[in-house]
Amino acid sequence: MSRRSRYLSVVRTVAWRNIHSAVRSPALLLPALIFPLFFYMAFAGGLSTVGDLPGFDYYDYNAFQFVFVLLQSAAFGGVFIGFSIGADFDSGFTRRLFLASGDRSAVIAGFAAAALIRTAFVWALVFAIALATGLEIAGDGVELSGLIGLALIINVAFFLFAAGMMTRMRTLQAAPAMQLPVFFILMTAPVYVPRDLLQGWIETVSKFNPMTAIIEAGRSLMAGDPFHVALAFAAAAGLAAVLLLWAASGLRRAEAAG
Amino acid sequence: MSAAAATAPLPRQVRYLAWRSVIRTARQPIIIVPPLVFPLFLLAINASGLDAASSIPGFPADSYVAFALAFPFVQGSIFATNTAGTNVAEDIGSGFFNRLSLTPMRGPSLLAGQLSGVLLIGTIQAVAFLAAGLAAGVEIESGVLGALVLLVLSLFICAAFGTIGLFVGLRTGSGEGVQGLFPLMFILLFLSSAVLPRDLIGQDWFRTVATINPVSYLIEGLRSLIITGWDTEALALAFGIAVAIFVAGLAGSTLALRERLVRT
Repeated sequence: MSRRSRYLSVVRTVAWRNIHSAVRSPALLLPALIFPLFFYMAFAGGLSTVGDLPGFDYYDYNAFQFVFVLLQSAAFGGVFIGFSIGADFDSGFTRRLFLASGDRSAVIAGFAAAALIRTAFVWALVFAIALATGLEIAGDGVELSGLIGLALIINVAFFLFAAGMMTRMRTLQAAPAMQLPVFFILMTAPVYVPRDLLQGWIETVSKFNPMTAIIEAGRSLMAGDPFHVALAFAAAAGLAAVLLLWAASGLRRAEAAG
Repeated sequence: MSAAAATAPLPRQVRYLAWRSVIRTARQPIIIVPPLVFPLFLLAINASGLDAASSIPGFPADSYVAFALAFPFVQGSIFATNTAGTNVAEDIGSGFFNRLSLTPMRGPSLLAGQLSGVLLIGTIQAVAFLAAGLAAGVEIESGVLGALVLLVLSLFICAAFGTIGLFVGLRTGSGEGVQGLFPLMFILLFLSSAVLPRDLIGQDWFRTVATINPVSYLIEGLRSLIITGWDTEALALAFGIAVAIFVAGLAGSTLALRERLVRT
């Protein structure tokens, strides 16, 4: 068996085990599924009047919030897999996996593959429910693919963040420490209104938050009026590249810790 | 817990267990800090991110931060559910309850004692949220007396949610079971009139859910003191609902406690 085949075999096994666990214990999938649906309901339903504000020039408030919820579920879909890594460290299973695999990055790649599959499942359901409840997509197929592409990069980027955290902390008890920064970076982007309507400290913070460019480009793709899409992909890819280094150094620490 | 404590009259039993609960809470910053920081963080984000909403015709306040200030009080109380439930589940898991059931310690003293730690957090939270609001320039329309009523109402709400946590903790005996309650409570909070007044909610289904949701009335009672002044109806509804939740939670907890003590 070649080195590449061995690597792929470990990736496949780890991903399969994680997906299998999620299917057998739906409670593991439920938070990832319920939270985006709930936020979509709460934001799009409760705040729809905000879409009538002067200066709010987006075509539909449901679609405006849907993009945020999609990207949020991408981010948390990556983070939730961090719980699995933490739990496996707690039980000692990750250490045994590390011992069994020649290249330990394959174990992390396996968890990443599981994150993508689980998130794709969540998106399919969220999309279906949003469309059934009146979501209007103004963009065409290519633009929608761009939006999904952005969300996929975000999913990988935040998975790498979670993997970096968990390979450093090596316990599930670090879960709140992992979620808070993600929540902060997401919520300090223009969540409820476009950036022009933001006021106070959040207006300043959102200018420097890389998620702002990503969310704004996502909304423009949804509206069929692409805007700063290259910047958004660059921001997402940059975030993923930095977090890849973070995850790689975390893996080295976990290896060193034995 | 000494034998003297167990054979003591009810008020002294309550005092012993309350003191244990307060000390236990005070020794765990992880229990105090998130319920304090997280609602303040969300208030800061919502107040700034949704400030434009105060320009909606018919919006009842000049600034969104004044309107949103009631939100952290209720959100903080929801954390009380977790604290109370997790503490009691830990006591069951560690065998403390089993040992206590062998003593003449009475059920009501156990429940009152467990709630004391929750009320300690509730008091710290309420003072911190009020101070944060005042620092952000919010003027309490009902004055100093209104601010005191605001603190009292928030403690009522905290105790009410605390009894729900106690009930779930006693019923399941599992910290995970209590944690599972948290998303449900959070959903109740968001599907309420927390971010916009009910008459300004555009979607009919959401307005209906917010009208049915008792959390809306808790928030509106607190909010009335901040932005309206003395609104007897809003206050009566808020206090009434808090008391009703408290009584229902306490009744459920008492039954669950009785069952739990029989089991052991």
